[in-house]
Formats: sequence, structure tokens, C-alpha cells
Amino acid sequence: MAAVVYFSSASNSTARFVEHCAFEDAGIHTARIPLRPADKPLHIDEPFVLICPTYGGGEATKAVPVQVKRFLNDPANRQWIRGVIAAGNTNFGTAYAAAGPIIARKCHVPLMYRFELMGTSADVRAVRKGLIEFFRTQSQDQP
Amino acid sequence: MTALIDRVTAINWNRLDDEKDLEVWDRLTGNFWLPEKVPVSNDIPDWRAMSEAEHTLTMRVFTGLTLLDTIQGTVGAVSLIPDALTPHEEAVYTNIAFMESVHAKSYSSIFSTLCSSEQIDEAFSWSERNEHLQRKAQIVLDYYEGDDPLKRKVASTLLESFLFYSGFYLPMYFASHAKLTNTADVIRLIIRDEAVHGYYIGYKYQRGLALATDQKRAEMEDYTYALLDELYANEVLYTHSLYDPVGLSGDVEKFLRYNANKALMNLGYPALFPSEACDVNPAILAALSPNADENHDFFSGSGSSYVMGKAEETDDDDWDF
Repeated sequence: MAAVVYFSSASNSTARFVEHCAFEDAGIHTARIPLRPADKPLHIDEPFVLICPTYGGGEATKAVPVQVKRFLNDPANRQWIRGVIAAGNTNFGTAYAAAGPIIARKCHVPLMYRFELMGTSADVRAVRKGLIEFFRTQSQDQP
Repeated sequence: MTALIDRVTAINWNRLDDEKDLEVWDRLTGNFWLPEKVPVSNDIPDWRAMSEAEHTLTMRVFTGLTLLDTIQGTVGAVSLIPDALTPHEEAVYTNIAFMESVHAKSYSSIFSTLCSSEQIDEAFSWSERNEHLQRKAQIVLDYYEGDDPLKRKVASTLLESFLFYSGFYLPMYFASHAKLTNTADVIRLIIRDEAVHGYYIGYKYQRGLALATDQKRAEMEDYTYALLDELYANEVLYTHSLYDPVGLSGDVEKFLRYNANKALMNLGYPALFPSEACDVNPAILAALSPNADENHDFFSGSGSSYVMGKAEETDDDDWDF
């Protein structure tokens, strides 16, 4: 089995992107990292790709949302990460989608794709097709 | 006109109705800057080497941007304050209004560094005469003075995330040719601010929309795309009036469509223009965001320069990004 784990703030941009990808139709689970500290933490026990927006408005140290850090800080979750996809805005210059390379480096996984805001239909097509193919290959590699 | 309110409740930042207000306030105050910090005078040799046509174009573009920032600082962002749902939202709008005034002043600061007062006067006089610039100002002003808070937010988001970009193109173009690079640094700071403004006003629009009836929601979606169509048609004419003499209009139009899509996304709506119509010149994109054109498409498998972390032991207790 495979999953897409994502974080989206109250603006819901990343949530919309994930919704448009319709992963569940392709047998890929989706799970949202909770927004508030009081919410029940998310636990994952299958391979997943993380889709993460970039925070901080140009400041690299604040690029990864604290909720995502908390989720990845749990080794039981982190062991299953297979890749990261980052959202951002080119208006932030060098900090565009900066959460992506930071997480990729920290977790030793590829930065698979970047898109802006809630993504265009071309982004949705590329990521949906790409992840279906990626997880299919993964499950063949690990019988 | 709304009557002067007779009572104000003291703002308590320790009790938030919407956490996004504090998050955006922190982001905006953290990004605070003033044009005097950027050494624009280092661009004087570049400026002297440029042609008269380039001078005229630059000054007209910046005068057009000054007009938009003036509108947004003195009318647009201020007109959103009475519609605010929380005192913290009001405070964020006051910050946005002030920064728009800083942006408007930045252009004057660039002008006074590079140009003669005759050139400056000519450019301001041109901005009064250009019908497309005046029309775009009039369209947004009409909505700011209208009585619908949601429509005001749509107009404001389209201004912040779309209407500036016919102008922002030029300094990015010059920067990609290693010209006026300090001026481009000022514009990049403005571009960064506008991203936060468009995001926030678009977010507040979506919050307001969530409380509306289905009928109102459908009406607002139609209205948004219709207003974008009207503004886009005018932007194309404005673009030609500026860039035809230097042959860049086609390239600017792609940049317009790319940013129109982003403005719609800030409002929570799907992009309008297909990706093929928005293939912005990579040099412009690189001037805007230096690593934006790197290929991070892991899925296509072609020439992928995707980042793979190098093997490095990390301690779980020391998971500090």
C-alpha cells in the first residue's frame, strides 16, 4: 500500500491540489497532517510521499511548517517517507518552494516536483501520473 | 459613506479569532524594508549607457506602477478595513497600506537617483494621458468605492497579483541582461510583498465566501472571471502601448497570463490560461526566482537535477531542520 501525506493551512491551497489529484481513485491513500497541536497526531505505517507548502515568506529557517517538522520528528513516521513534493511561489525568489530541498536533504529522499500555490491542471496531471507510476514500481521492488 | 464609529475595542493579540492574521502580520513585519537600503546609485553607469527608448520605457513603466501602488496604499487596502472580520485583520490591512506607500515612494527614489526632473515630469504627464493605464485605475477604483466587500477583495487581489506584472516584467528583463541590477533588487522586494498581500486578501475572500449562499458563491465566481477578462483585455492593450517599440509585447503577454493564473489561485479558483500559453521566458523566470527553472521533475526522468540528500547520520533527538 502507499499514501500521500500532506499539510495544508487554513488557506487550503495544498489540500485543493491533493483533492484535484484524486489519488484515492488510484488506490493511493491520502492523509492530512493536523493543523493544531491539540489535534490527534498523524501516524503512518506505509510508504508515503509528502506534499508540503513552503512557509516563511522568504526566510529559509521558517520554510518548513512546524506541524510537518513535528510529524517527521517521529521516527516511526519518518521511516516510510519515499519522496517530497513542495509548493511555493516564485515571487519569493531563492526561497521558492524552499521546504522541498530542506526536507529532501534531511530525510535522504528525492525532491520529486515543485508547483506554485494550488497548482495548475498540468501540475495535477504530472504528479498524479508520476506518483501512480512511482508507487507501482516501488511495490514491485519490495514484494 | 460609513459613519465614524463611536467605540473601538482594544486589540488583543493574545486572543486570536483567525491565526492567519498573526502569521501574516509576522511575515509582513519580518519582511519590512526601505528603498534607501538598496544602493540604486550603483546603477547610474548602466542607466547612462542605455538608449533613450529604454529610458522612456523604464520611466513610463515605473510611473504606471507608482499609480497602482498609490491607489492600493491610499484607497484599496484602506477600503478593506471596514469589512474586516477581526481587529487583527484590520491591523494587517494598515500594514499592507503602509507598505504600498513605501513601494510608491521607491519608484520616486529610483527616479531621483537616475533621471532628470524633465524626464520625471514627462513620465508623470504620460501616465495621465495613457488611456489604458487610466482605465485600469478606474476599473479597480470603481470596485473599491462599491458596496460589496467580496468584490472589493477580488479587485484588490487581482491588483496585487496580476495588474502589477506588466510593469514588473521590465526590471526582470533588464536584470536578465545584467542591467540595472540594484533597481531589480528593489523591485524583487516589492514582488515578495505583493505575494503576501495577494495571498492574504485572497484568503480573506475565501473565508468570506464560505459564509455566503450557494447563489452568491456562483455569482462571485462568474464575477471574478468576468473582471479578470476585462482587466486582461486592457492589460494586453497597455502592454502593447509600452512594449511594442522594443518588440517585447509577446513575451510580456505570457508573463501576464502566468500571473493571472496565480491571482486566480490566490482567490481559490482554478487557473484560466493553459500552461502552453504561460511559458514565460526562462531568463525572466530566473531573474525572478534564481532556481525556478531547475528541473525537479523526478517523474519525467529526463536530465533530472532533483535533490537527493547525501548519506548523513542524524540523531532522532537532534531533528532540527
